[in-house]
Amino acid sequence: MNTLKSRLRSLAADGVLIIYFVFVLFPILWMVLTSFKRTDELYTTRFFFHPTLESYKVITIGEQFVSGTGAFRPDFPKFFMNSVILSVGAVLLSLLVGVPAAYALARFRFKGKESLAFTFLSFRFAPEFAVIIPLSIIYRKLGLYNTYFGIIWVFQLITLPLLIWVLRGYFEEISPEIEQAAQTDGYPWWQVFIRILLPLVRPGLAASALLAFVFAWNNFVYPLVLGGSDVQTVTVSALSFLSSEQAYYNRMAAACVIASIPEIVLALSIQRYLIRGLSFGAVKG
Amino acid sequence: MKLCGARPAVDPRLVRPRWIVRARPYLIIAPALLLLIGILYPFFLAMYYSFTSYTLTRPIPKFIGLANYIAMVTDPGFLHSTLVTFGYALGSTGIELLLGMAVALLLDRETRVSKILTTTLIFPMMIAPVIGALLWKLMMQPSVGILNPMLAMLGVNTRSLDWAAKPSTALPSVILIDVWIYTPFVALLLLAGLRSLPREPFEAARVDGASRWFTYRNLTLPMLIPIMTIAIVFRFMDSLKMFDIIYAMTGGGPGDALMTYQLQAYTKGYLYMNLSYGLTYTMVLWVVIYFVSQKLVNFWNKSQQRAAGM
Repeated sequence: MNTLKSRLRSLAADGVLIIYFVFVLFPILWMVLTSFKRTDELYTTRFFFHPTLESYKVITIGEQFVSGTGAFRPDFPKFFMNSVILSVGAVLLSLLVGVPAAYALARFRFKGKESLAFTFLSFRFAPEFAVIIPLSIIYRKLGLYNTYFGIIWVFQLITLPLLIWVLRGYFEEISPEIEQAAQTDGYPWWQVFIRILLPLVRPGLAASALLAFVFAWNNFVYPLVLGGSDVQTVTVSALSFLSSEQAYYNRMAAACVIASIPEIVLALSIQRYLIRGLSFGAVKG
Repeated sequence: MKLCGARPAVDPRLVRPRWIVRARPYLIIAPALLLLIGILYPFFLAMYYSFTSYTLTRPIPKFIGLANYIAMVTDPGFLHSTLVTFGYALGSTGIELLLGMAVALLLDRETRVSKILTTTLIFPMMIAPVIGALLWKLMMQPSVGILNPMLAMLGVNTRSLDWAAKPSTALPSVILIDVWIYTPFVALLLLAGLRSLPREPFEAARVDGASRWFTYRNLTLPMLIPIMTIAIVFRFMDSLKMFDIIYAMTGGGPGDALMTYQLQAYTKGYLYMNLSYGLTYTMVLWVVIYFVSQKLVNFWNKSQQRAAGM
């Protein structure tokens, strides 16, 4: 009797979970479905239609006009490459300056350490427009507006605090005795750092770098205000499909699918470290 | 070299002048700090500009004291902006916390279903918020979308249901999207918390025949408070300054229905090129975020100590 009751309860709980997951997955399913619809079927069909790759073709390769007088060449591939360049660039720059900083904040004892660490964290919570409205003027003066470097620099506001805080936790977990042993063997501190510490924090390093990549990729405001057409990213361009004369919902959906694939793949590969990264190391997960 | 922990026997070759040893941590951090200060400088500039009259057409900042702030507070739209900003943040954070807790408790049972489903939580969390908003725009759209036909099938009168395009339903619609995107984050955070709880108190409670609800209220919930605080810090701070979802859905409209502080700053400061005036909104937002986050972080520190003492 008791086991029957608890099994029923477990089944009911699974049922509630499944309802929640329909809520989670259905919008994604609907986007994928829409991306395979023909433009003329957008308004007339729901679940049953003639699936076509037309939208994907149009946004990646382009389309020949029926009259044969010209071709529409899409910007989407260029925007996709921009997103790749900007996100990879931002993560590399963050790694270069952030890994040593995380190490210093974990290992050395010095005045003002905690307030420095919190200064880095506070960038994560700053309202974006307080920074980018004045920055848009400065960038125009310096010639950084609409350049890769300009966006990569401002992306440091997202990627650097994340890397420093997550990696600091990983460095703190390594026993100082390992370093001391290497030092007494006569290695200078930077060799100890490269040969012994970096290999030890590799999982954390990979996970936080990939997560930083995802956040840079997802960012919308910075390229919206500080980037022109040369450095436009997929997140900003996804909106443009709706602003033209005809709303191409199917092409927009295709663009969203393509723009989301890299992140889903990366997120799945760092699943184990995800919570630790997302909470800036506060939750070990 | 000073390490946290016992002092090792130092090789004489490694002994350096004292000031180098002292300066070393600062020197290592300097590049990272400089990189961010280059970005922080505009923030101080923003603070100054908010006390000036600086527009793109009149690009000479002239000090005008509190005039921008007075203009903002006396603007009839200011109260509305305040209500929308806080309504959005409180509404979405509250729902995400409740729903996330329920989902975490259900997932913690480790059945076959819950194992498969945990992985899929990653999807809404990882795709860009702008794209998440576009997915919902696609579903809420009256002719292409699917939500209204589905609700009609359930017997709901959808003729006047226009989601974010109507002032009365605009705020709930964008909160719904925020909930879709960020509940998985809260749920996974709380799930990690649930799994890290010590076992003994729960076994003791079971032996004593305590009811589920009693165990939850007196054991689980108090021990989860530090992690719930982390979830609140992230969600509340981020939703106070949410821009992407609202911009993608309506751009702040219909009318001024969704004009939060961030949308005001963008519209007035960037689109209308009245920089100083737009920046006053970001300064108010910054002060709010600063104080609320400080309070929350203090509370987190205390709750952690309390949880450790249990």
